[in-house]
Amino acid sequence: MNRRPFMKLVSALAIASALAATAASAENIRIGAVAPKTGPLAGGATVTQWPSIYLWVDQVNAAGGLTVDGEKMMIELIEYDDQTNPGETIKAVQRLATQDDAHFIIAPYGTGLNLAAAPLFDRYGYPQIAVSAITDQQADLSAKFPNMFFTLGTTTALAADVVNVLSDMRDAGQMGDKVAMVNVADAFGIELATAAKPLFEEAGFSIVYETSYPLGTQDLSPVIKGAAAAEPDAFVAWSYPPDTFALTEQAMIENLDVKAFYTAVATPFPGYGARFGAAAEGVLGAGGVNPESPAFMEYAAAHEAVTDSKPDYWASATTYASLEILAQSIEAVGLDRAAVTAHLKESTFETILGPISFDENNSNADFWTVGQWQGGVFRGVASRGRDGTVPVILKDGWK
Amino acid sequence: MSLTGTDVRNLCLAAFAFAICALLPFGDNGYWLGLGVTIAMFTTLATSWALFSGPTHYISLATAAFFGVGTYVTGLGIDILPFWSLVGLAGLIGAVLAALVGLATLRLSGVYFVIFTLGLAELVRQVITWVQNNTGQKGLYVLTDLDEAGIYWWLLGLAGVVFLAGWLIGRSRLGFALRIIGDDETVAAHSGINTARAKVLLFMVPGAVAAMTGAVLAPRYVYIEPSLAFAPILSFQVVIMALLGGASRLWGPLVGVIPFTFLLEAVSSNFPNQTTLVIGIAFLVIVYLLPNGFVGLLDQILHRVNTREAS
Amino acid sequence: MDILITGILLGGTYALIAMGLNLQYGVARIMNLANGEILVAGGYFAFIAYTAAQLSPILTIFLVAPVAFVLNWLIYRVMLQPLVNRAKNRGQLETDSILSTFGLSFIGVGLMLSFFGGDYFSYSFMAVPVELLGNTYGANRVLSFVMAVLICGALYIWLNRSRSGLSIRAIATAPASARLVGIDVKNLSALAFALGGAVTAVGGALISTYLTLDASTGVVFTLKALIIVIMGGVGDVRGTIIAALLLGILETVVASLLDPGLTLAAAYVMFLGILLFRPQGLFGKKPT
Repeated sequence: MNRRPFMKLVSALAIASALAATAASAENIRIGAVAPKTGPLAGGATVTQWPSIYLWVDQVNAAGGLTVDGEKMMIELIEYDDQTNPGETIKAVQRLATQDDAHFIIAPYGTGLNLAAAPLFDRYGYPQIAVSAITDQQADLSAKFPNMFFTLGTTTALAADVVNVLSDMRDAGQMGDKVAMVNVADAFGIELATAAKPLFEEAGFSIVYETSYPLGTQDLSPVIKGAAAAEPDAFVAWSYPPDTFALTEQAMIENLDVKAFYTAVATPFPGYGARFGAAAEGVLGAGGVNPESPAFMEYAAAHEAVTDSKPDYWASATTYASLEILAQSIEAVGLDRAAVTAHLKESTFETILGPISFDENNSNADFWTVGQWQGGVFRGVASRGRDGTVPVILKDGWK
Repeated sequence: MSLTGTDVRNLCLAAFAFAICALLPFGDNGYWLGLGVTIAMFTTLATSWALFSGPTHYISLATAAFFGVGTYVTGLGIDILPFWSLVGLAGLIGAVLAALVGLATLRLSGVYFVIFTLGLAELVRQVITWVQNNTGQKGLYVLTDLDEAGIYWWLLGLAGVVFLAGWLIGRSRLGFALRIIGDDETVAAHSGINTARAKVLLFMVPGAVAAMTGAVLAPRYVYIEPSLAFAPILSFQVVIMALLGGASRLWGPLVGVIPFTFLLEAVSSNFPNQTTLVIGIAFLVIVYLLPNGFVGLLDQILHRVNTREAS
Repeated sequence: MDILITGILLGGTYALIAMGLNLQYGVARIMNLANGEILVAGGYFAFIAYTAAQLSPILTIFLVAPVAFVLNWLIYRVMLQPLVNRAKNRGQLETDSILSTFGLSFIGVGLMLSFFGGDYFSYSFMAVPVELLGNTYGANRVLSFVMAVLICGALYIWLNRSRSGLSIRAIATAPASARLVGIDVKNLSALAFALGGAVTAVGGALISTYLTLDASTGVVFTLKALIIVIMGGVGDVRGTIIAALLLGILETVVASLLDPGLTLAAAYVMFLGILLFRPQGLFGKKPT
């Protein structure tokens, strides 16, 4: 990530807090954040999580801070790199809770790290508004960790909506029923593939090619060649960032002739569109947003202005929304964590994604599931309860 | 086995020290206990590592592989078997795996061993993901009632076992044989010592211990998935801590674990982006400044003091 | 047939990665575990040159090579020479150099993270299909293979036909004897180390044309390079090339016919197999 805007942010914060300190000797709200800056998930967190956090802190402090009990309080961000190591996440959360006296802690990045931190959030009573924790076990988890909230959806929903999108295309006569399905052999990839396979079969698709590959495989041409040999109508890859890019490039080289091409994580990254340009047209991916919504466009512009990087078209906005939710709760009931947690369970929040509320499993039921690159923008084409879906287009070659 | 007066005194002191350490959870239930867990974990790992790599000078990077296997044993068995049996089972599996690795590589030179262990964690991770993939099983949830204090006491107990084992091995024929091997392997072979067998037997110790440590820590991670359970950085951290303290004494690694844990803690808190850099610098410090660790430094100082006294 | 060619192309990549390490380990006797980071650094260089200045990677490598050469030469002189001087036997030098280059590797990763962040970086260069014997392959891979052949070929000719190359091979075979015949072991070792670093960096620049890298991916490449160098026999260029090709073909075969999830397992099995039956590697000399 580019350090310069961060220096701008730091100096802005320094000045702002100096001013605030002289103006009204108010204490700051200490908000802790722990996420990967190094290690395997650093790439994802650098695109999706950290910039939205910096943007939020910058904006809130530029407006004078949050209003707590009638007084304005500025946010002081305390950040740690957990090196994609759950042991470090645990240590950092403990440090934030006991040494740094954080009022609130932003949820970590990724399912594994969120789960490692969950017992601690629970023990110290911090609400954990998780974003990048996608799991089917939300009922069990929220029973065990009542402070844990889920915003980005369930594994099954994500997989099911891909099946639905493809079914619709097939029923409209746009393509046949042969699917090639591959997945990265890492937890999320395996979960998605395991959820999707029976759904595909139930929907009447035949899976003509199926394989998995380890994370970090350098050469994915055997995978694409194998898929091409089976002559599928659709190619679905439950993939992670490095293989999302590699598979797409291989498909371009092989000129994979499919009517639908789906790669999962990182497809909504601005870097994906930048790298593949016109060839990305029609590629489906996990997540999505409504990029035409004024709220998102404003968010994206501010994101780029403050952090010198573009947001992705999926989890970035949800991360920001989770922080909006936290801010609204704090302004509503103050800094008492139990009160905030109770408030989170009962209320509906207005965010850049639209209204968000949590059901009896602490889960947000309205989320985006599938998006597609259309005209250089990744647009949501399927969602549970979100407006602004656009029709799906066919993949037409790789030019 | 005969015990001298010093032996008895040392044993009593050690037992006393352990008893004091066991009181930590009563003093603090949060940050310091967490730090205590980390220190106990690394002490166990580093001391058992040094038991093998100290005498033989073979740098093993396999710790992460065994540790990951241990977490998986707990992850898979938590709903079926009681916790204590899982720890024992993990130790058994770790020992067997170590024996296999040892038989395959310890007859070759030290460099091949290092390279093999460097990728071992990655290899085991890939094999496990492949198995998971073909059985459709995903990440494992370990939801138990075992809290931080419980884990701390388990680790403390394990550390005690490691120290005891190290002490016993040092006094045994195996230990004697290993010291000779470490000094000059050719001499050892010519003296009739089965060097390969000795090395493999000894390598099973850190293998079993690392696996048991992983099994104990699984409840702390809650969610076991391959990329988190097999974090290669763990192997490097263990090596640094053991070498920083000095692998030639039983209590050497402990002397390395404590300062390094605090150092990493300080760096993570204040320079969150520079932890990797610090680890790199630590390696360089070990190689250039402290080739025998703090223990070696201490020996040098004592030697100088003694020679000054003598002259 | 398709599998064979894909495997050979992959092998070309691996040959590049391993060649540099072979020079460093075979001649300078340094097990350079920071090799992967040099490779990634070369890749970053090419990435920045391409995205910021539209400089083709083919030209960038002429910039990368001298910079990497000087950097590695300095590393050898400043950091590794003292270890060489201090080591009483080869085993100790190996241990020391392993630890030292570990430190370098972490520092390398840490520095790259500070400058570039943890993000993945990739760019599309010549990602067009090329037809070879009825199947399509990426032009960027084919180019990388051609460059690998050229570089390895050049190295082979230099090592086997020139006087300095002869000296280098002498050092690799018997350092003590080499000194006796007046070969400047110290300087040539530094030269070999620097050259190895340059080759690795060039390899990194070429690889970045078709692989996605980030600051932390170096270690995977180091591992593969180590396996290849040892399989092929330390110090011999031919061995490295053959081992690299074998590894590439084996991995592709396993990925296509068995399961892509077993490529590393297959590599390890091959590694162990060769070591158990021929510990000096395919082309290595039996230790006396």
